[in-house]
Amino acid sequence: MKHWLKLHWRNCTGSLQDLRNRPLATLLTASVIGIALAMPASLNLLVKNGRSLAGGWEDARDFSVYLQVGTTLDVASDLATDIGNLAQVESVTLTDAEAALAEFRNESGLAEVLDDLDGNPLPHTLSIRPVDDLSVDQLDTLAGQLRDTPGVDIVQLDTVWVERLNAILDFLRRVVMLATVLLAVGVIIIVGNTIRLDIQNRRDEIEVLKLLGASDGFVRRPFLYEGLWYGLLGSLLAILLLLIGGWVLSAPVERLVGLYSANVQLLGLDGTTLLLVTVSGIIAGWGGAWSAVTRHLSAIQPT
Amino acid sequence: MIRFDSVTKRYDGTGDALRNLSFEVERGEMVFLTGSSGAGKSTLLKLIALIERPTRGQVLMEGRSISRMPARDIPKHRRQLGVVFQDNKLLTDRSAFDNVALPLVIAGFNDREIARRVRAALDQVGLLKKERSTPGALSLGEQQRVGIARAVITRPQVLIADEPTGNLDPWLSLEIMKLFSRFNDIGVTMLIATHDLNLLGKLGGRRIQLADGELAEPEDDALVF
Repeated sequence: MKHWLKLHWRNCTGSLQDLRNRPLATLLTASVIGIALAMPASLNLLVKNGRSLAGGWEDARDFSVYLQVGTTLDVASDLATDIGNLAQVESVTLTDAEAALAEFRNESGLAEVLDDLDGNPLPHTLSIRPVDDLSVDQLDTLAGQLRDTPGVDIVQLDTVWVERLNAILDFLRRVVMLATVLLAVGVIIIVGNTIRLDIQNRRDEIEVLKLLGASDGFVRRPFLYEGLWYGLLGSLLAILLLLIGGWVLSAPVERLVGLYSANVQLLGLDGTTLLLVTVSGIIAGWGGAWSAVTRHLSAIQPT
Repeated sequence: MIRFDSVTKRYDGTGDALRNLSFEVERGEMVFLTGSSGAGKSTLLKLIALIERPTRGQVLMEGRSISRMPARDIPKHRRQLGVVFQDNKLLTDRSAFDNVALPLVIAGFNDREIARRVRAALDQVGLLKKERSTPGALSLGEQQRVGIARAVITRPQVLIADEPTGNLDPWLSLEIMKLFSRFNDIGVTMLIATHDLNLLGKLGGRRIQLADGELAEPEDDALVF
């Protein structure tokens, strides 16, 4: 066991040393891997943030129903009761036109302008909260039903675009998954090709090792470790790229988010993402090396 | 120790390299394999190292046939064998020390044991002071001695050598051959392919003469002198 560990340690550090002996080639390969890993990771982050934004708006499924101007308060409260009795509706709040005007007067600072108006230009408003488990279609139906109700002027349904955003995000999530798979295959091919070239360059050495009685595992191991190091270096570079990208984008993104909603927390690079990037980098590097090694090593036999 | 039992080796296109060949090398013997180039000497050695397999017949070592050995057992077989090559097959980017150490690294010895054995082997071939030199910095004779140190480092029972002096001048050849007989003195069974008949007269040891892949009567040494 100790011997086995030592052998692995020797291969492990030996491969790293080999890579250090040709820094430029190593950096190029690692960069390609890094970019390939950073792309799906950043897209994934984008989609996750989008979802959390959309999630933040999801409890804002309320309708605003504006009644026709001139509707009396009695009619308005009757309507509120009727709508409140609908099965799809959880609660209804009535904001009467006078109260709305008073609020507007206080908050807008346009008191003088409002004083010049004859009468109240604002309608009575009903805020309707639908029950939780309504689908987009059912929400639409409800909105239509409300729109057709006599006395109703405008029905505003804010949540539809949130649902649409969700649908787009679901689609994007699929795209990210597809991109991840494609890029992982890309990394495997890149590493595989790099290792293949390395195997060709070290053909003589492999032949001698086999002549001296090295087992397949012994010959294979340095190359597998090489792939592993490529993967690890690549994932470190990917993390670096993600950090740089996050730093460059943070200011504009925060401003954008601030414009929409103050209480949405942006998701940065978390431990899970970092671990995932690192692990997938290592697996892809090792996998690439494995594919090259299984295809090309057995072809080299002493003659 | 080594026995060839009606061994035929046929290469596609070039015909039989060895033809119905039978002979035996006893334990502790030093045997020279002679014959002109193309007589089948290299092929014979390759059959022992399992670089090639016989077309017919079988090769036995210590009474066991190695000709049908499964591929996964070949590395172990080769580890029990010392092999010296004409072109020495050293790794050019590694020091003499690392080259000699290679079989021990493969066999999984620990660092201290490796250092001890490698220094002893380099000392035996007179290259202790050059352990840090890469093959490029060594003369041909020195390179060949590094190759021999590498071949004997695992203390194999059997050592085979293919034209070990092929690239060397007579003085260096004699030196190498003397080195071989020292290993033979401590009981290593040796099979050395050479066309260097000059040396054979000086060293003794049995000769197996090959001609066209078959055993032939050894030429009279008198022809040489």
